[in-house]
Amino acid sequence: MTTAIPQPLKPKDFASDQEVRWCPGCGDYAILKAIQKTLADLEVAPEQTAFVSGIGCSSRFPYYMATYGFHTIHGRAPAIATGLKMANPDLDVWVITGDGDGLSIGGNHLLHVLRRNVDLQIVLFNNEIYGLTKGQVSPTSRVGTKSPTSPRGSTAHPLSPVAVSLGAGARFVARAIDIDQKHLIEVLTAAHAHRGASFVEIFQNCPVYNDDVFHDFTDRADAPDTQLHVEHGKPLRYGKDGNRGIHLKTGTLDVEAVVVGENGITEDDILIHDQTNKTLAGLLGTLKPPAFPQVLGVLYNDPIDSYEVQVAALGEARSDVSLNDLIRKARTWSVA
Amino acid sequence: MSTSAPKATDVSSGQQTREVREAVVVRFAGDSGDGMQLTGSQFTLETALAGLDLTTFPDYPAEIRAPVGTTFGVSAFQIHFGSVDVKTAGDEVDVLVAMNPAALKVSLENLRLGGTIVADTGSFGERNLAKAGYDTNPLEDDTLAPYQVIPLDITQLTMNAVEGFGLGKKEALRSRNMWALGLMLWMYDRDLTASAAWLAKKFSAREMLAKSNNAALSAGHAYGETAEMSGNLVGYRVEDADLPPGEYRTITGTEALVWGLISGLRSAGLERLVFGSYPITPASPVLHALATMRDQGVYTFQAEDEIAAICSAIGASYGGALGVTSSSGPGIALKTEAIGLAVSVELPLVILNIQRAGPSTGLPTKTEQSDLLQAVYGRNGDTPVAVLAAATSIDCFEVAREAVRLATKYMTPVILLSDGYLANAAEPWLIPDLDALEDWPVHKRTDTADFQPFERDPETLARAWAVPGTPGLMHRIGGIEKEQGSGHISYDPANHQTMTDLRAAKIANIANDIPEQDVALGDRTGALALVGWGSTFGPINKAVEQARERGHSVSHIHLRYINPFPANLESLLNGFEKILVPEMNNGQLVTMLRSRYLVPAVGLNKVTGQPFKIADVARAIDAALE
Repeated sequence: MTTAIPQPLKPKDFASDQEVRWCPGCGDYAILKAIQKTLADLEVAPEQTAFVSGIGCSSRFPYYMATYGFHTIHGRAPAIATGLKMANPDLDVWVITGDGDGLSIGGNHLLHVLRRNVDLQIVLFNNEIYGLTKGQVSPTSRVGTKSPTSPRGSTAHPLSPVAVSLGAGARFVARAIDIDQKHLIEVLTAAHAHRGASFVEIFQNCPVYNDDVFHDFTDRADAPDTQLHVEHGKPLRYGKDGNRGIHLKTGTLDVEAVVVGENGITEDDILIHDQTNKTLAGLLGTLKPPAFPQVLGVLYNDPIDSYEVQVAALGEARSDVSLNDLIRKARTWSVA
Repeated sequence: MSTSAPKATDVSSGQQTREVREAVVVRFAGDSGDGMQLTGSQFTLETALAGLDLTTFPDYPAEIRAPVGTTFGVSAFQIHFGSVDVKTAGDEVDVLVAMNPAALKVSLENLRLGGTIVADTGSFGERNLAKAGYDTNPLEDDTLAPYQVIPLDITQLTMNAVEGFGLGKKEALRSRNMWALGLMLWMYDRDLTASAAWLAKKFSAREMLAKSNNAALSAGHAYGETAEMSGNLVGYRVEDADLPPGEYRTITGTEALVWGLISGLRSAGLERLVFGSYPITPASPVLHALATMRDQGVYTFQAEDEIAAICSAIGASYGGALGVTSSSGPGIALKTEAIGLAVSVELPLVILNIQRAGPSTGLPTKTEQSDLLQAVYGRNGDTPVAVLAAATSIDCFEVAREAVRLATKYMTPVILLSDGYLANAAEPWLIPDLDALEDWPVHKRTDTADFQPFERDPETLARAWAVPGTPGLMHRIGGIEKEQGSGHISYDPANHQTMTDLRAAKIANIANDIPEQDVALGDRTGALALVGWGSTFGPINKAVEQARERGHSVSHIHLRYINPFPANLESLLNGFEKILVPEMNNGQLVTMLRSRYLVPAVGLNKVTGQPFKIADVARAIDAALE
């Protein structure tokens, strides 16, 4: 007689039996792999896990996970996930969205799910383009992006997912790159640990409609000089030689990229990352190559009570309250 | 008809002689800020406590505080009460309490010829007369010759009553409504006890206001007694109604909906009701009422918009709770795409539409029933849902329970149609024993053997409710067409046909699980059937009753089930030579009946934002039978 010893689930155990239908080379594959690995590493129970998505390439994600999954309607995943958590606060719920789904048609819901601080991991795949509808500009597309709807180049300025989420009151904001698996898994793990709405923007390459749009900081050869991976309590340093850093300019609320050892800059002149400092998070979120590195990792993490905790504090159902009594709490009278 | 012809003279009440009435319609009308709704509600409570049958009709503008003294700022509360079966808020007003010239002006057309006007002369100054569009004072010319006018300086009388409480003039004048309430309570031989207690509670934090309002109330009442002695005023007596014995409370359609939903939650054996909603007139009171029901397992969610409201309810149903959302026409339009999702993924969902006059913003506080076709047909794709309609305020309770039963048994959205009139109208309700109502426990799937998310119960065609958190049943659902059984994404042409047919058959099949259509009044065959739905029940029923008393072969059929129709409806309709369909829209049910059954039904349509009068329907009956 043998006793079955429960084996820890492997990443592949989180993959459903459905064939993945993204384009070859799509960044979504890397994100799928990272999330499956994250769940396996965290040893989550698949039956307690649900993925809720809207519409778009990224939103096909739930079909490929061997958990519960709900592919809903365009932009509305945060609202559906909120209802799901109201029904069962114990569930571990991920929202998968994109730049069009989450910031255009569903922008309103993203703002409010963040300010309510519903305990969700909200993962926004940002490829700066509409993929599933064949390549139109999105709210994060850079000015001048040529597309079927902007043949002479787009005019409106892109919005910043980090600025939007911080502005909406998010308590956890992080950024990562699709193909940087190790770092992406670290960020997803931190997002999962945070109780409340965790917002993660992933720079995701669309090889068909917006190929290499992030090359200015994702090219591996230049990455040390174009990426800054933040760590709470550590100096904001980067560069091949590790001697570059972010320095707060005196006399103004602004930063500059500096080199330690040049122009009198010392180790002590480099800002220390404080993930509970919202102003700093906002500042880091705006930095871009070439003048600055792209800042990645957990920009902001300052938890407060989640929506679920706040709602539970308002009281729970009571079995000792008779409906018959309650309905008679109004003024009643008897007819003989 | 007049409901107020003297029946007899009653001398039993002791000191004074009171004229006896079978039923009376009183309308309190004043400025939006005059407290007419409170006054009406309190008069209603006293009337109900006295054992009379009643129906109320709060009629107020969309503006919260429209410019003082204007006609569009008039807020009114009408109550019809009597010793007989009261089914409508009354065709014609017997007594109009007009707190200013504008209130008089807009209410006059509903006043019975010979009816009584109690007017506050203190508010009939030049400014107010001009604002109401009167060149001369109607109390002083022959404008009101067809009526009995009781001019009283309620303003001054109230000031006198509250003198000594140290109130400023503005605050003192806010008790005018209590003075008027006191007078009307005297006029109909009502007690002041409940109103005094209510004032004490309402102003418990401001004792001075409790006392001053109570003084105004008592002064109004005392004025009636004193004036009666001198013969200036006549008091009336309305005998108790012959109501079935038991315990009663008043209930509005809104309250009945709320109790019905919670009762349904219990009968379904579910622990949690998640109510996602967004404020909109006249549906918001449902959200307000449910927000106080946490003890009963109700979790309310004021969403960021109508779409989030319904989506939160869908998410909740996905999570195993009962998801409910509510709105009125424009908000329902916004929810449309999400209703389609709930149809596609086959989750239970109750959608309340408290209809108001449209199109677009329309008349937010006025009643209409013009969202019927929206409910039945208004979605992209072939997207059938069950549609139910409540006929009276009390009926909202049963219909809400039925919506929960059907939604959970058939894994489908159910749209429940109420309207602004039902939402606000109050009736005395014989409170049922809620523990004795039938249960229909919901079965959630836990068995993992051969589980397929879209396998169906062979009888109901409903799929299994397999809730996240259940071990071994992990699966994916979505709005993309799915393969029958497995639920996997499927673009297979034959499968789409199958799934479309199944979704239609599932809803059509509900016809076998609901009562056969009965006649509300009259014979099952005859010369003429009046077919109604929703809040037109009262006027249709009364008009048919009167026509039958005149010897006509007329019956009243009232539909609770709009989609699907009851299985026998076609044969029932075929038993009548003519079919008349009164509706507060431009002809929606009549269109459905004609297209579905090829019957020569004709419409009687009214879209004034006001309920039908019995006389409207009576005239149409006579015309149809000519």
